[in-house]
Amino acid sequence: MPIITSDQVQPEYDVAIVGSGAGGGQMAYTLTQAGFKCVMLESGRSYNPDTETAMFQRNDQGPLGSVSTPEKMFGFWDATVNGGWSVPGEPYTQASNKEEEQFWWWRARMMGGRTNHWGRISLRNGEYDFKPYSRDGLGFDWPIGYKDVKDYYTKVEMLIGVYGTNEGLENTPDSPKGVLLPAPKGRAAELYSQKHGKKLGIPIIPIHRAVLTKTLDADNIPKKLHPKNKRAQKILAEAMRGRAACFWATPCGRGCNIRANYQSTTVHLPPALATGNLDIIPDAHVREVLIGKDGKATGVLFINKKNRSEGRVKAKIVVLAASSGETVRIMLNTKNAQSPNGLANSSGLVGKYIMDTVGASVGGHVPALENLPPHNEDGAGGSHFYAPWWLYKEQHAGKLNFARGYHIEMGGSRGMPGGRNPVPSDFVKGAYGTKFKEEARRYYGSFVGYSCRGEMIPNEGSFAEIDPTVKDDYGVPVLRWHWKWSDHELNMAVHAAQTFSALIEAMGGTVRSKKVKTGHDIIEPGGKIIHEVGGALMGADPKKSVCNKWNQTWDVKNLFLCDGTPFPSNADKNPTLTIMALAWRAADHIIEEARKGNI
Amino acid sequence: METPEKFPRISRRVLLKWFATATTAMTMGDMASISFGFTPTPGKEVPKGYGQDPDLSQYYNPGDFWPLTLTPEQRKTVTALADLILPEDHLGPAASAVRVPDFIDEWVSAPYPDQMDDAKVVIPGLKWLEDESKKRFKKDFSSLNEKQKRAICDDICWPPDAKPEFKQAANFFSRFRNIAVGAYYGTPEGWKAIGYEGNVPLMSFDGPPQEVLDKLGVTQTVK
Repeated sequence: MPIITSDQVQPEYDVAIVGSGAGGGQMAYTLTQAGFKCVMLESGRSYNPDTETAMFQRNDQGPLGSVSTPEKMFGFWDATVNGGWSVPGEPYTQASNKEEEQFWWWRARMMGGRTNHWGRISLRNGEYDFKPYSRDGLGFDWPIGYKDVKDYYTKVEMLIGVYGTNEGLENTPDSPKGVLLPAPKGRAAELYSQKHGKKLGIPIIPIHRAVLTKTLDADNIPKKLHPKNKRAQKILAEAMRGRAACFWATPCGRGCNIRANYQSTTVHLPPALATGNLDIIPDAHVREVLIGKDGKATGVLFINKKNRSEGRVKAKIVVLAASSGETVRIMLNTKNAQSPNGLANSSGLVGKYIMDTVGASVGGHVPALENLPPHNEDGAGGSHFYAPWWLYKEQHAGKLNFARGYHIEMGGSRGMPGGRNPVPSDFVKGAYGTKFKEEARRYYGSFVGYSCRGEMIPNEGSFAEIDPTVKDDYGVPVLRWHWKWSDHELNMAVHAAQTFSALIEAMGGTVRSKKVKTGHDIIEPGGKIIHEVGGALMGADPKKSVCNKWNQTWDVKNLFLCDGTPFPSNADKNPTLTIMALAWRAADHIIEEARKGNI
Repeated sequence: METPEKFPRISRRVLLKWFATATTAMTMGDMASISFGFTPTPGKEVPKGYGQDPDLSQYYNPGDFWPLTLTPEQRKTVTALADLILPEDHLGPAASAVRVPDFIDEWVSAPYPDQMDDAKVVIPGLKWLEDESKKRFKKDFSSLNEKQKRAICDDICWPPDAKPEFKQAANFFSRFRNIAVGAYYGTPEGWKAIGYEGNVPLMSFDGPPQEVLDKLGVTQTVK
């Protein structure tokens, strides 16, 4: 079974999975290894990272020095296909004309979705992150705790490969010994930040990212992950042997054709396909879930984007893993006599409480970093260090005017130049000729930047609904977005800006961003950090939530949501690793319940 | 010039680009934190250029995606000015030796708002440069000697210091310099000139060399 077209669909499958990213990829991996016959529908085109990844292309080898344009927001060589905050032929709308009430919705219409270009930052939620309401009375608790997910985090880390260290810090869980791959060495600006962060009490430590700093142990990991399944062990061992260790060049956002980092298309889908239990239909734009007379899901209806015909797949279980926005859209577009307000929506909460991450950045110039002897700082194609949230005690004691934490991402490397002026004009002023070239060499690598990645508390004003009039090119009604930041997020952004300014000054540098008076001056638009979660929250009470603790909808027993949609909170930890851990856990539950005949 | 722009507006725009540069350099891998030189319009159709699914398995040259529009005369001016800004010297070859004029032509011919905005300043700016050259020295800009070229450029090389009558030309010079150096430092010769040593596969990543650590007064904390 392979990548197929819609006329090659089998009469029936065990499971239909909508979406091929982190959640769909993990679900397909776990279920197919267990022998389930699965079909995966992907709205974007098929994508082959082996042949399509731009690995060593220089910026002068792409148009416009490969700078970002409205068609390729992260630069020409970024992996994203037919994606961005705008997707051709697939609009969305905003309920408000005010910029601060609008949501930027990022999609990638390609096999593997957003996992092809993501930052690979893989942080575990801690104990506090599952019980935020119990700690501060805001938002919602999860119906599960860290102990329920802990082992799945470990399994995912072993499967995909994550580098980092165990530091034993508060609410920043360690992984079991031997699970994490070696952390890469610190770069000049990272080490310099670390040294000066200490003075301010900011713990700057190695970050966790899904990049192989050495090859995976293909002889032992498969046995640990699939103890009773010889065939899965063999398939996974082969897949792991097909992944090389990082060769310390080319940015991860381009994807990786030596498979050194995680993307669904290089890590989850190949071993899932190797089982023979998976069909993938690209260009299949799912419009709605098909529902039987008994109210259970019977499959999905999709538009074949190639010829705009309708297609159907039948399945005993349906998994939606299409991203918060897209999963909500499919559910709300599924209307029938039993569920006039959309699928699994007896609570009326489908689409509600969508969250992103609080983003705010401050840049600076550090004279100590000027004129450093040239050296290669490409490293692991992304950050090596970060600072986890460190003010739990102050926050708990009521000393801060916002309720949740943020972590700090940082940069300042001698990254690949080209496309834009590498030196701010106010440094070189009117220089031209050899003088300019000397100044460029002096200042290159001396600019640092810090970004806040913080927890947003779910609120009533941030949600998605179906636009009553607008449809996409395939006739599917589109989403209309509502967005609102609360004072918690806005105050957090101000705090972050002040912290970063203090850090830059502690390094003997000068801040280069404008002065921040209110959070609105610096907070990034909703959706810009591309950590959209929520929209069909899991909970303990069917009246107050859409899913139970197994990502299973209360109303439709054979419908599972395995992207970020069920997240009741959005910790500062970046959602991807948790999406995968919960998808694996839900897949195990499906396997168990199917065996018992309950689904 | 036909497209007058007041300096403060340029200033903000240039500022945006500084942020774009600084933030891009700082956030390799973390795709979410890049700033752009333009404002995206989420959910709306975007201008058509190379499309949202170009073939990334190959290399491209200026002119591959949209026609180049500079006239031969304009190209002569572009080449002369780019080589004045980025001459051949101990740090590397001149701009024209690494095809910077082709890149500038591609930039001002591009169908995207950022580049179109630059073209509105650069095209009239090239004309101003020729007019000024003829006015002062009765020659094309490209035929001037270096001293003559510098006499003009010294008047326009930095907007805050430019006399009122040179403000617009100074805005042109700033933008032109941004585009030219952006092109230059994307080339292997430009990498060498600025001190970038990456984009090569390595067996191991050892972090900064000892002399860098010593200069910064730090030790490698990852063993």
